[in-house]
Amino acid sequence: MDSLNITILLGSIVAGAAPIVLAAVGETVTEKSGVINLSLDGSILLSAMVAFAVAYQSHNLVLGFVAGAAAGGLVAAIVGVFSVYLGQSQVAVGFVLTLTARDLAYFFGNPYARLYGPMVSLWPIPFLHKIPLVGPVFFQHSTPVYISLLVIGACWWYLYRTPSGLCLRAVGEHPQAAYARGINTRKIQMWHTIAGGLLVGLAGATFALCTKPGWGRPQGAEGTGWIALAIVIFGGWHPVKAALGAYLFAFLQVMGIHFQGWWPSVPAQVFQVAPFPLMILALVLVNVAQQGHGYTKDKATSTLGRVVNLLSGAAPAALGRSFRPE
Amino acid sequence: MTPLANRIQNLKESLGEILFLLAGVLCLTFLLLLVAGAPPFAAFYHLFIGALGSWSKFTQVLMAWIPLTLCACGLVFTFRVGLWNIGVEGQVVAGAVSATAVLRIGAESGMPGVFLILAFLGGMLGGGLWAVIAGFLRTRFEVNEIFAGLGLNFVALGVTLWLIFGPWKRPGVASMSGTELFPPSVWLPSLPSLRLSPIGIALAIAALVGTGWVLTHTRLGLALKGIGSNPKASYLHGLKTTRFMLYAMVLAGGCAGLAGTFQVTGVYHRLIPAISSNYGYLALLVVMLANYNVWVTPGIAFFFACLNIGSIQLPMMLHLDSSLSGVIQGTLVLAVLLMQVWRKRRQTDNH
Amino acid sequence: MRVTLRDIHKHYGKVHANDGICMEIASGSIQGILGENGAGKSTLMKILAGYVHKTDGSILLEDRPVEYKGTSQATRLGIGMLYQDPLDFPPLSVLENYMMGRLHGIALKKASHRRQLESSTRYFGFHLDLDAKVRSLTVGERQQLEIIRLLALGVKVLILDEPTTGISSLQRQTLFEALRKLAAQGKTILLVSHKLEDVEALCHGVTILRQGRVMGEMRYPFDTRKLLEWMFGTPPSSPPCVDIRPGKVALDMEKVSAPGGRAGLLECDVVIRQGEVVGLAGLEGSGQGVFLRVAAGLKKPEKGMIRVRQRTMTGQDYHAFKDRGVTFLPTARLEEGLIPGLTITEHFALKQRKGIVIPWEQSRKRASERICRFRVVGRPSSKVESLSGGNQQRLLLALMPIDPLILLLEHPTRGLDVESAHWVWEQLIEYTASGTSIVFSSAELDEIFQVSNRILVFYNGAVVKDVKTCDTTLGDLGQAIAGKI
Repeated sequence: MDSLNITILLGSIVAGAAPIVLAAVGETVTEKSGVINLSLDGSILLSAMVAFAVAYQSHNLVLGFVAGAAAGGLVAAIVGVFSVYLGQSQVAVGFVLTLTARDLAYFFGNPYARLYGPMVSLWPIPFLHKIPLVGPVFFQHSTPVYISLLVIGACWWYLYRTPSGLCLRAVGEHPQAAYARGINTRKIQMWHTIAGGLLVGLAGATFALCTKPGWGRPQGAEGTGWIALAIVIFGGWHPVKAALGAYLFAFLQVMGIHFQGWWPSVPAQVFQVAPFPLMILALVLVNVAQQGHGYTKDKATSTLGRVVNLLSGAAPAALGRSFRPE
Repeated sequence: MTPLANRIQNLKESLGEILFLLAGVLCLTFLLLLVAGAPPFAAFYHLFIGALGSWSKFTQVLMAWIPLTLCACGLVFTFRVGLWNIGVEGQVVAGAVSATAVLRIGAESGMPGVFLILAFLGGMLGGGLWAVIAGFLRTRFEVNEIFAGLGLNFVALGVTLWLIFGPWKRPGVASMSGTELFPPSVWLPSLPSLRLSPIGIALAIAALVGTGWVLTHTRLGLALKGIGSNPKASYLHGLKTTRFMLYAMVLAGGCAGLAGTFQVTGVYHRLIPAISSNYGYLALLVVMLANYNVWVTPGIAFFFACLNIGSIQLPMMLHLDSSLSGVIQGTLVLAVLLMQVWRKRRQTDNH
Repeated sequence: MRVTLRDIHKHYGKVHANDGICMEIASGSIQGILGENGAGKSTLMKILAGYVHKTDGSILLEDRPVEYKGTSQATRLGIGMLYQDPLDFPPLSVLENYMMGRLHGIALKKASHRRQLESSTRYFGFHLDLDAKVRSLTVGERQQLEIIRLLALGVKVLILDEPTTGISSLQRQTLFEALRKLAAQGKTILLVSHKLEDVEALCHGVTILRQGRVMGEMRYPFDTRKLLEWMFGTPPSSPPCVDIRPGKVALDMEKVSAPGGRAGLLECDVVIRQGEVVGLAGLEGSGQGVFLRVAAGLKKPEKGMIRVRQRTMTGQDYHAFKDRGVTFLPTARLEEGLIPGLTITEHFALKQRKGIVIPWEQSRKRASERICRFRVVGRPSSKVESLSGGNQQRLLLALMPIDPLILLLEHPTRGLDVESAHWVWEQLIEYTASGTSIVFSSAELDEIFQVSNRILVFYNGAVVKDVKTCDTTLGDLGQAIAGKI
């Protein structure tokens, strides 16, 4: 049984969670506008492939990230057009796209499988990374990880401190009322769906060029999209809570590897798969507890009520429904 | 126009639309192949030959068609009542696991026929129970069936992995190739020369006919149709909506469980991690493409099965990834969704 | 700002909701718009507010004609409406709701908006917690926020649609004082109401609408008798008074309170006997709808007890009530009453409770019989959404069970022409001969008066009058509906 170096453990969690944080925060923005982008899993794979392929061909990492983000944005745009402008079921389009994007990724990525491609290098921030304890955890990473940390704060600030973010939240809650106040709800939904998609694309690129570098079938990022969708709900549609959920998930994954060392008789694959159902089971429990407490949200006095309030959050009221301004 | 002439006209229009769609998707695939730097005509050729080029390939297509159709039949019920049963993958796996459990008990018993039947029953039960969990979470606790189903998919996969690497592992080294092969006595009987199981075909046809009959001739079918269209009015008409949702889930899970059992007894003859072979998710696409009409699903399932089996050739022959079939399948569904929008616009213009 | 309406017409298909309405309201005045259900007052105000587009006529502000489409354009011209259900954002805070729609630039400028909001609330004597979520506010508080918000947008003409429904008397006082202050500032206030006490307390003048036309205008002080006559018309000859002997108790409500609509239902004590035809009168949303749904088991009461045929049924669901003999017919035909995509035969087939296989032939025959009997224009194989509105209503009636204990009908003759409505009532009255009770709500006071043996008048969620039709007149009913008992 090897000893756990806490700093190294925490550092690896922050690094490993970076793409999940990006995807979860991105999807939070999308869902705040009332649109659910079920294509996340396929989107991440497609962006990973595109990012790797472009970076490999051009020997330019930045280009790879841009391409990956664009891929994510494009898939999200398709979901947006179908649901916001054509009034189709968001679930139907999202589900089909998650499968198709994945298949596109595998198909076009075939020539790039198992190739050794460019990878982002670590970039420790001078001075800060030498701070005992905190330094190695937060300041000894590569650029995408720093970006993931910044995105959390930026998204929170955007949603709760800018007029644009207030508009977004209003549209997701009550599009009719927003429309009555002269807001172009469709434009807002479309832009934010694409913005969320760009972040999801960045997540995929981060996988392929940083966290699980390279391309293959499987790549290793499979299933992350579904987890990110679950984390958004788990985080009560709040970017900071969603990020915490992502870190929790990464923690479970890392611990899985360590548990493997402690209990060698249990097959390795089980540990790799276990965090997924645990996460979703937790989500289900939170939902269950939330239903039980109903609308005592603002007046919860019992401890359980307070815990549930902390964990849960109400979905944007118009989530999943298409609003057609007459 | 007389009703008959009307129906023929509608059929002609639908056929025209379908052909137009197919042509469009084939053109798109053509372009994609060009972009990928692959010879498009060769790809189509190998797809076709890989599926229908020989009797052996054709039987493979049929063996893929069977579980796909079984899943699709079950999904028609859940779609009809308005549920998104994404958990169908886990239900297939649950059925497979149950069937394997039954067979492991009865493998050496000397009553192979009995145990095969029990395996199918066990598979139905396992799949049905797995579906009921998701259904219960939805009806009692209002947990969205998409996420409940998804979570259960992962749980089912985890359970399977644990069984394959744990209690049910092969003697010696546990591996990803699954449990030990069952003794041939409990293999689903197949035709002497081909690896085709007539029982499987019969099962699929029975499921189709059964589903069609239930939907058009039973109270259950009509109730599902009503609830799917207007749950509030159906409730006022005296239908217990939550109960019928659970019935639909059980039926879907049962059919999926049958598919899983078929995979275990007729295709792989053991339990492997990827026992569901993605048939659950694919069946969702099949039913969407069939516009939720059970009589169209076998044709579409056949087409999809051809694509799946045909694309196996692509890596060997052209160094292309076999997921081209998935691209074609997904694009078709997207095209159909677009077509529905166009049709609705045309209808409102005509008024 | 002076508001002039010239010859406003609004057609909804064949319905002439506003028929040549002319009005002029001076600035600084509070004008009441009175009328019973269906008089056209809500439609007129929605046209003025930009929510609905007029078919014909012109609107002038300060004697200048204006054209606008949509509420945001109207607001920019200075016209704002306080709806019965304000379009606000429940999970957002009071301050955030206030800021929505007035956002410019990058910074949120929370502090300056907060100062503005605080000074406005202080000026009007409103007490609002700026950081509370709107969903935790009472109806009255949401109104107050909406008024301040509209004023901040520069609204000079404020329209209020039944503002005192569902608010406390203290909030009503506060609201009235605020409105008087606004009028003193020169703003124009239009108050749509059916409540005479409100109109008498607040308005400088009153316009009465009836069946889409202006019946007359009056200045303060008001002649109540004439007001009521204009609102409800001269009573027609009363129908012959049939003294029926009601039978045993069918449904019994004891101190039942339930939320819903604006006013909910307050401490309702009603007994319905077999064979009675009971009409529920009152302005839409005064509690009749909640009453019917609670009686059907569709809504669970917060307090009180319900008994059907002597068995306590409080808290049970609709299906238990249905089994006990209670039948409910909703007003929203395609949303709640019928199932789109299903044919008439299929609707009848769904009523069979026993057996697994559907007897199609039997169902088809049954469907044919009933559509013949209820004169539904359609074939058994027609899909219900292809029927006209009136025929859908008949189909709903045709689908009722043969021998119900109680029929709870929400607007049973909506969408039917006079002759069909008359015929429908003939059929329904036949049920009462075998002991069925009928309880129905209607927008037409005339219908209630003609058909019922007994009338319950609802006002602000409570039953204010429970009287046999023989013992009352249309005038009395009108008074009760307007709040003057």
